[in-house]
Amino acid sequence: MAEAALDVLAQVRQWQEAGKGVALATVVNTWGSSPCAAGSHLAVNADSAFVGSVSGGCIEGAVVTEALEVIADGKPRQLEYGVTDEMAWSIGLACGGKVQIYVERVE
Amino acid sequence: MKRDYLQQILAAQVQKRPIAVATRLADGAQSICDGATCAGEVELSADQLAEAHKLLVAGRSAALATSKGEIFLRSYTPPAKMVVIGAVHIAQYLVPMAALAGFEVIVIDPRQAFATAARFPGVTLITEWPGPALKKVGLDDRTAVVTLTHDPKLDDPALVAALQSPVFYIGALGSTRTHAKRIERLREHGLAELAPRIHAPVGLDLGGRAAAEIAVSVLAQVIQERYRR
Repeated sequence: MAEAALDVLAQVRQWQEAGKGVALATVVNTWGSSPCAAGSHLAVNADSAFVGSVSGGCIEGAVVTEALEVIADGKPRQLEYGVTDEMAWSIGLACGGKVQIYVERVE
Repeated sequence: MKRDYLQQILAAQVQKRPIAVATRLADGAQSICDGATCAGEVELSADQLAEAHKLLVAGRSAALATSKGEIFLRSYTPPAKMVVIGAVHIAQYLVPMAALAGFEVIVIDPRQAFATAARFPGVTLITEWPGPALKKVGLDDRTAVVTLTHDPKLDDPALVAALQSPVFYIGALGSTRTHAKRIERLREHGLAELAPRIHAPVGLDLGGRAAAEIAVSVLAQVIQERYRR
């Protein structure tokens, strides 16, 4: 895999050096036709700026919202999105896949 | 993730060394895995260590099921390399495209009028003959070699070196007829048998003739070969 993820981590370091709170979301499991492979990163800073991707765009908004809470309270979270999710109509994956995402604060 | 781990991952990237972070998803405990050992808050059993090492070597990320819940191993591998012989017009399109696709790109051309930093900004340029230059670069199974000069004096030594190495891709610009003559020359090196490893005419047949279109077809073929195995 070409490591676009490393560009994400380089951005994380820049944000940190600028004194911003940062959370890192990582795809840890996928089922079906989800677009991003396990290991894909999305980084979010306290100003809601984000780089990288965990779904090709379907659920980034929801993940950013969760990430802001992780930045605030420091507690890592596990998230799941997919067509079977009760929120499918609002933030489900159009591709029909399912992803499990881990969000942690970068300390 | 600890800031120290972030620094270690980015440093490993600069040193072109694979590295991984193991995270226990239930509580966020983490370890960093460098080579065959993992150090940190997550204790891995011998079996899990072996599994983690296997994933790291393959450059894959995956969740491991354990009695204490899932551990996610995130592998970070150094980029694959693309070595381009010939600082020619097509290379000016191929090089930035390959860099965007995540390749570390190296351009070799002893003709200093071609191999200039102005024509190839931000790229490793080696203005030496391909033979010695490729020795310096090192040809491994994460490397692709593409010859673009049309000139046997420059292309042939690169192909001879590439055919005797484990590179995952070899491509040579030139028509079918040019390639037939090339194979005859390789025969003199005793390498005609290995010639089927060379993709020639280079690139997927997309139908385009413009330099940028040929660059896309070459990069597409390199990516296809990279994931074929």
